[in-house]
Amino acid sequence: MRGRLFRRMFGSAMTGLTYAAAVLAILPLAVIFAMLLVKGAGSINWDFFVKSAVPFGESGGGFAHAIVGTLIMVSLACAFGLPIGVGTGVFLAEFGGGRLGFTVRFVADVLNGVPSIVISIFAWTWLVKPTGHFSALAGGAALAMILVPIVARTTEEMVRLVPNSLREAALALGYQRWRATLQVVVRTALSGIVTGCLVAIARVAGETAPLLFTALGNEFFSTRLNGPMAALPLQVWRYALGPYDEWHREAWAGALVLITLVLALSLIARAVVRAKRQHA
Amino acid sequence: MTDLSATVLEPELAPRSTAEERWRALRTVSRGDVVFRALLTVLALFLPLLLLLIAVELVSQAMPAVHKFGLSFLTTSVWDPVRGEFGALPLIFGTLYSSLVALVIAVPLALACAVFLTEFAPKWLRTPVATMIELLAAVPSVIYGLWGIFVLIPLLRDHIWPVLRPVLGHVPIFSGVFYGPSVLAAGVILAVMIVPYIAAVSREVLLAVPSSQREAGLALGATRWETVWGVVLPYGRTGIIGAVILGLGRALGETMAVQMVIGNRHEVAASLLQPGYTIAAAIASEFSEAVSDMHLSALFLVGAVLFVITVIVNALARLLVWQVARGSAVGSTAI
Amino acid sequence: MLKQTLKSALLAAAGAGLLASAAAAQETMRLNGAGATFPQPIYQKWVLEYHNLHQNIEINYQGIGSGGGIRQFTDHTVDFGASDGPMTDAQIQAVNGNVYHMPTVLGAVVPTYNIPGVTAQLKFTGDVLAGIWLGQITKWNDSRLTELNPGVSLPDQDIVVAHRSDGSGTTYIWTDYLSKVSADWAQRVGKGTSVNWPVGLGGQGNPGVANIVKQTPGAIGYVELIYAIQNQIGYGLVRNKAGRYIQASLETTTNAAAGAVAHLDANTDFRISITDADGNDVYPISSFTWLLVPKEMTDMAKARALLEFVWWAVHDGEQYCKDLAYAPLPRRVVQLEEERLKSVTVDGQAVLPRNYRGR
Repeated sequence: MRGRLFRRMFGSAMTGLTYAAAVLAILPLAVIFAMLLVKGAGSINWDFFVKSAVPFGESGGGFAHAIVGTLIMVSLACAFGLPIGVGTGVFLAEFGGGRLGFTVRFVADVLNGVPSIVISIFAWTWLVKPTGHFSALAGGAALAMILVPIVARTTEEMVRLVPNSLREAALALGYQRWRATLQVVVRTALSGIVTGCLVAIARVAGETAPLLFTALGNEFFSTRLNGPMAALPLQVWRYALGPYDEWHREAWAGALVLITLVLALSLIARAVVRAKRQHA
Repeated sequence: MTDLSATVLEPELAPRSTAEERWRALRTVSRGDVVFRALLTVLALFLPLLLLLIAVELVSQAMPAVHKFGLSFLTTSVWDPVRGEFGALPLIFGTLYSSLVALVIAVPLALACAVFLTEFAPKWLRTPVATMIELLAAVPSVIYGLWGIFVLIPLLRDHIWPVLRPVLGHVPIFSGVFYGPSVLAAGVILAVMIVPYIAAVSREVLLAVPSSQREAGLALGATRWETVWGVVLPYGRTGIIGAVILGLGRALGETMAVQMVIGNRHEVAASLLQPGYTIAAAIASEFSEAVSDMHLSALFLVGAVLFVITVIVNALARLLVWQVARGSAVGSTAI
Repeated sequence: MLKQTLKSALLAAAGAGLLASAAAAQETMRLNGAGATFPQPIYQKWVLEYHNLHQNIEINYQGIGSGGGIRQFTDHTVDFGASDGPMTDAQIQAVNGNVYHMPTVLGAVVPTYNIPGVTAQLKFTGDVLAGIWLGQITKWNDSRLTELNPGVSLPDQDIVVAHRSDGSGTTYIWTDYLSKVSADWAQRVGKGTSVNWPVGLGGQGNPGVANIVKQTPGAIGYVELIYAIQNQIGYGLVRNKAGRYIQASLETTTNAAAGAVAHLDANTDFRISITDADGNDVYPISSFTWLLVPKEMTDMAKARALLEFVWWAVHDGEQYCKDLAYAPLPRRVVQLEEERLKSVTVDGQAVLPRNYRGR
């Protein structure tokens, strides 16, 4: 039997290792952010947010078309995907005990694991090829296909967290089931549902692959939903792979904006849910 | 309860008591309820429909390649677009190999983080650290790829490997010259990307372990560490395995970051230092340029293979996690 | 009082709206094209400059790869395509022959390398390049290399070969050249936008290859000239058919086209390969890059806009070539293209007038 001292010391060493593990896990985040700051911050100026692409050789260009494009297509994805996702989530939490519920839940988990490049190919075949043109609508739809499974499962979890006593109380007061669900249960879970949506939106805002074969990209500033549109991750990727240092600098700046946007959304979401959990 | 005498004697004249109304409300399903449930069901059917359509599309586009190559598609290594011969063995091998490397690195790291967050971290540190680990999951893949090219690969090749070579150079899986782009680089990036998922789910699993178990361990004289290792982790074993498999599922499908660092070579090699290829990376690289129909069909077929692999892996993961968390979407907040 | 203010505000807004729409009455013409990444820098320059000249025309070009350009063109999801490798007969048949290949600029692909301690410009022959990419020549101090470069002390170091992992027109040009100069290559690998590489690391895009070369001691790769210049990596001289070792430049690339162009007849479909061309001052790994334009279009306004743009590109647009390291088209090619552009029809009617001279 090992001595007590040895066991204590071993335990301390292991504890220290877990501290080290936590540091090691977080390190890439710090390094990535630092890298983007160093390489990209210099190129961020007012023009970057307001102007679109200019011909190579001219200065004063920016990523406005890409930033706006991302905002538009993410909004489209929300418009298409949030009603379906939240509806599915509520369905799973309230009526999801049976076979259909099991199937839908399983499918949602599977779809969460499907590579986004496969979604992209699928969206091209169904939304671009038949219509004969690339479009922001197709891009938004492809992003929605990624959004829905995430939102469905987070919504389900949040709605499930609402205690049954609330449901029973509402029913006991004479509410019909649908009113009880909407006005009591969902309302209570609302901040959690919103959190789940924000997390999913953050994820979707950073996706490149689904937009490759749907929105295509656009040199010009465009808000037309029925035509090609630029997007932030796409533009970053294309400029990073271009020949000019000028383009590389803009790509880094674009990446910095993108990661700031995504991290900000994620942080807000998590702040909301933690406040909620502390309240509840 | 109900004033039965009133309803029996004078149905029209007897006042409807509020109790009876409530009873009716509880027993009958109003039209609003029917519509509500129908609406939600229709919305919920979207997902299975989508999955079905994707599966059908993949399969139908892959058929020409299936007819031409049959099972040899999975066992041959030649990928020759000029001659129209396609063998996906290197892709499948690379996908599994890089994911395995990622797991070997990520699982101990993520489990240690989960243990840290649930057992050892001081209370004020838990939330910030957990938040930062979860934020890793939000970083877009394309940015990981850029980091891989400009930071990770030079670091591995110029600083870490030269130090390790005298020791590891003779081991078969570390044989050969290390140029940078390699299965190892891809494995490391994948590991960084899946740590948050495994850590988040494992943390939920460990939180679900009843404190009575911990207390029992301590009462028997175990140190805190021994309790964790000998009592808590085994208790959560099923859920943790589920978390690991979930991480595996994510690693299998990761595209952009892998494609930028793996070296993109259609070849099966035992050494981690050699370039390789994964299914997702190959599709991303070649899809928009695939000019011949057979090339396109081969890419769809390999996409279908990946689809099947991820379905099986995800199903396995969820089944195991459900056993622990009884059907709830544990860990979905990390997604 | 508030109602009055509101009313006048609304009227003002309506008036402004009417004025604005009147001003924008000249509707924006939008065209979409996609394809090769090799000419993307200059195509981007062209579409943006053209937009400055004609504010109501937006031509959106996206670089998704030559193969992608051909595929989207075939699927009619874009108005025009672009490719560094011409469409094959089978592909032309898939669009029922409804395509014209319009050369736009010339480019060069160079062998670029990173050998520690070597700053000289190395000489290569087609044979040797094929040998390296076939995996037959594996060390820098191989006799075939030292023979060609007597004054340079090449180290006893492994050659790390880099190639493109994504399908690419650059690969097409490179493998087209190797197929011409090496029977071994032609038989074992062949030419295409994606080939079965015997050896080497795959990089994503020109920058991927440039990066592998830049960061790996002993590496060699092939990239378009502009990438070698921009990344400041050394690139070598290649021996041409006349036996001289030539450096890729605007002049030598233009000369490569001159030979083929001299023999051009008026009915050419422009699908000419100019790799390994005859001539003294000719860089052997040069190529045209083409826009894919339909012969018969359906929308007169769109057709007119597209053709006018292409006309402008091959005339005025060529002035931008030099700064971006592309070679402009030879005069004769432009002349022949003028005729070709005038023969595009909509419903049997020619789109451009016979005496069209440009905008």
